[in-house]
Amino acid sequence: MSAPIDIQPGETFTLNVGPQHPATHGVLRVKLEMDGEYIVHAETVLGYIHRMHELMGENRTYPQVLPNLSRLDYLGALGYTHGHVLAVERACGIEVPERAEYIRAITVELNRVASHLFWFGAFVMDLGGFTPLMYAIQDREYILDMLERVTGSRLTYCYYRFGGLYNDIDDEFIPAAKAFIPRMRESLKKYDALVTGNIILQKRLKDIGPLSKDICKRYGATGPVARGSGIDYDVRKNEPYSVYPEFDFDIPVYHECDSFARYKVRMDEMEQSLRIIEQGLEKLPDGPIMPKKKPKLIKPPVGDYYQAVETARGNFGIRIVSDGGKNAYRFKLRSPTYSNMHLFDEACEGMLIMDALALMGSLDLVIPEIDR
Amino acid sequence: MSLTVLNAIIAVVIAIGFAALNAAYLVWAERRGAGRIQRRPGPNVNGPFGLLQPLADGCKLMTKQLVIPGGADKALFMVAPVLAMAPAIMSFVTIPFSNVVVAKSMDVGVLMIFAFASLGGMSILFAGWGSRNKYGVMASVRAVSQAISYEVPMLITVITIVMMTGSMNLHDLAVAQSGGFWHWNVIPSLSSPLMPVSFLIFFICSLAETNRAPFDLGEAESELVAGFHTEYGSMGFGLFFMGEYANIVIGASLITILFLGGWGCPFGLFPSVFWFLLKIYILIATFIWIRWTFPRTTIYGLLNLSWKILIPISLFNLLLTAGLLKVF
Repeated sequence: MSAPIDIQPGETFTLNVGPQHPATHGVLRVKLEMDGEYIVHAETVLGYIHRMHELMGENRTYPQVLPNLSRLDYLGALGYTHGHVLAVERACGIEVPERAEYIRAITVELNRVASHLFWFGAFVMDLGGFTPLMYAIQDREYILDMLERVTGSRLTYCYYRFGGLYNDIDDEFIPAAKAFIPRMRESLKKYDALVTGNIILQKRLKDIGPLSKDICKRYGATGPVARGSGIDYDVRKNEPYSVYPEFDFDIPVYHECDSFARYKVRMDEMEQSLRIIEQGLEKLPDGPIMPKKKPKLIKPPVGDYYQAVETARGNFGIRIVSDGGKNAYRFKLRSPTYSNMHLFDEACEGMLIMDALALMGSLDLVIPEIDR
Repeated sequence: MSLTVLNAIIAVVIAIGFAALNAAYLVWAERRGAGRIQRRPGPNVNGPFGLLQPLADGCKLMTKQLVIPGGADKALFMVAPVLAMAPAIMSFVTIPFSNVVVAKSMDVGVLMIFAFASLGGMSILFAGWGSRNKYGVMASVRAVSQAISYEVPMLITVITIVMMTGSMNLHDLAVAQSGGFWHWNVIPSLSSPLMPVSFLIFFICSLAETNRAPFDLGEAESELVAGFHTEYGSMGFGLFFMGEYANIVIGASLITILFLGGWGCPFGLFPSVFWFLLKIYILIATFIWIRWTFPRTTIYGLLNLSWKILIPISLFNLLLTAGLLKVF
C-alpha cells in the first residue's frame, strides 16, 4: 500500500489523535495531516503531563527522589528505581550484599514480564481484539500479588534502598514465584495459539510499519523496538550491571523490522525473563539484604555519574552530577520511550491510519515516561 | 380495507416488540458471553443473572440529555438513528418464523430485506456526515464502501439459491428445504456441489453487513474512537445499538431460511418456531464468539477479500449451479 502520489494543496485535513484518544494510551497528542486514510505528515505533541521530575531530582535529597522514579513508567516501575539506586551506589561506593542484588534481579524481571503482558493485551486491543487483554491482566495479577507481598505496593514500587532492599522476600514469595513460572509458560503457549498464529493479526503486522536499522540508530531507539530491527543491543548483556552476568539468557533479535518482529521480541523476552527468574531463585544466596556499613547521609563525592539499565522499554540512563551536597546538582534522565516515540513522526508518513496506530502500539509507549 | 390496516399495524407492533426485545436481550447475551469468554462474570448485579441489566441500560440511555454538537447538520443528525432502527424492524415483517407465524408473506421477500438492509448504510453515512466529526466521516466512508462491496457477493449467493428454488418468497424458500437436514441448502447436492462454500461466503458477508467484528471498521474504537456514532449519546446511541442487534437477528434469520431449512427440524419431525429460534440463536452465539476472539481486519484487507476472493468464487458458483441445474 503506497500513498497517492500527488496531493494538491488544500486537499488534506488535520486530524488530532489525542490528547484524549483510545489509541494513544495516555495523554499523547499526534497531529496528523491526512489525505483520506493516508497520513501525509505527522507531528507528536508532548507536554500534557510534564511533571518536572528532573528538577525535582535537583531540589530533593537522593532518598527523597527515589519514589519519583517509579512514577515515570507505571508499568515497569522497578527497573527505573533500580537505575537510580545503582547510580547512587556507584557514586557513593556502597557495597550491595549479593542476596539483595539477586532479589533485585528477580523482582525486576517479574516486573518486566508484567509490563510486557500488559503491553501484549493493550496492543492486541489496538488491533481490535479485546479478549487477550483480560487473559494478560489475569496473569499479570499474579505478579502484582507477589510483588505486593514483598514491596507493599502494586504499581509504583519503592522497594530498593541505597545498598539493598526495604524488605526481604519471605517464605511465601519463593514458592509462589516458582509456581508462577510453569503457569506463565502455559499461558505463553496459549497466547501463541490464540493470538500469534491468527491470520488477521499476522496480516496486520507482517511487513507493516517497517523501522529500518538506520532510523532506529538516528533516533536512538533501544529496547524491543531496536531489537525488532536487527540491532543486537541489550544493556544487560552489553554493559552488564547487577548480577546479570551470572545468568544464562538470550537476547531475542529479529531482522524483519516490521511490527510483527517487535511483537515477537517482546513475547520471547517474557520467556527469557522467566529463565532469569528461575535461575535467580535457584542461586539465591543467604545473607543480609542491607550492607553493614552504609553512610547515614547520602552525599556522593563531587563528580559526574551515569548508570544505564535495561527496563521493559529499553535503555534507561540516569546521570547524576554531584557537587558534594545532599541534592544532585544536575539530575538527567534518559528515558527509552522518549527516543522510541520520536521515530513515529518519520516512520508513519504515507501509511494508513490503521497501520500507523498499529505501529504506535508496537512501540509500547507509556506517556508519563515520555513527559517526565 | 380497515381490516388490512389493522392487520398491518398489529404485524408492525409485534415486529417492533420482537426486535426491541431481541436487541435488549442480545446486548445482555453479548455481555454475558463476552464475560464467559474473558473469564469474568459480566453483568450479574441487576436481577438474577443480570437479567434486568437491559432495563437499567434503557432507563439510563433514555434519561440522558441528547446533545447535538455545534455545527452539526441537525436534520441528518436526528434522522440517522431512526434510519438505523426502522429498516431493521420493517425487515422482520416478512421473515417467516414458521409455516404460520409470519406477519406478511411477500413474493419479493428476499428483495425487500436486501432493500431495507441497504438503507442501513445510508443511516451510517448520515450519522457520520451529520455529526461534523472527522472520525465520524472517515468511519462512515469506510462503512459505506464496506456495505457496497459485501452486498454484491451476498446477492450473488442469494441469486444462486433463488435459481435453485425458483422463488423469492422466503416462505417458499424454507418450504423447499423441508424434510431432514439432508434437504437443506447448505448440504451439497448434485446440482449445487459448492453450497457449503456459498454458506461460508454468506456468513462472512452477514458479519460484514452487520458491522460485526472482525469487520467492525465503521466503529473501530482503537483508531476512530467510536466511528460514526462518536457524537451520539442518549437514545440516539441506543437506537444505533438496537439497530445493530436487530440487524444481527435478521442476518441470522436469513442464513437460517436460505441455508439451514428455516423452521424445519434436522430430522424432519415437528417443524416449528422452536427450531427456527434455536438455529438463529446458535448463529448469533457464533457471531458473539467470533467477535470476542478475533482482532479487526484492515479496510483494504476487507475490500480485497470481497472483490478478489468472495465475488469471483460466488460468481463461479452461480455459473456452475446454473449449468448443473440445466444438466440434472
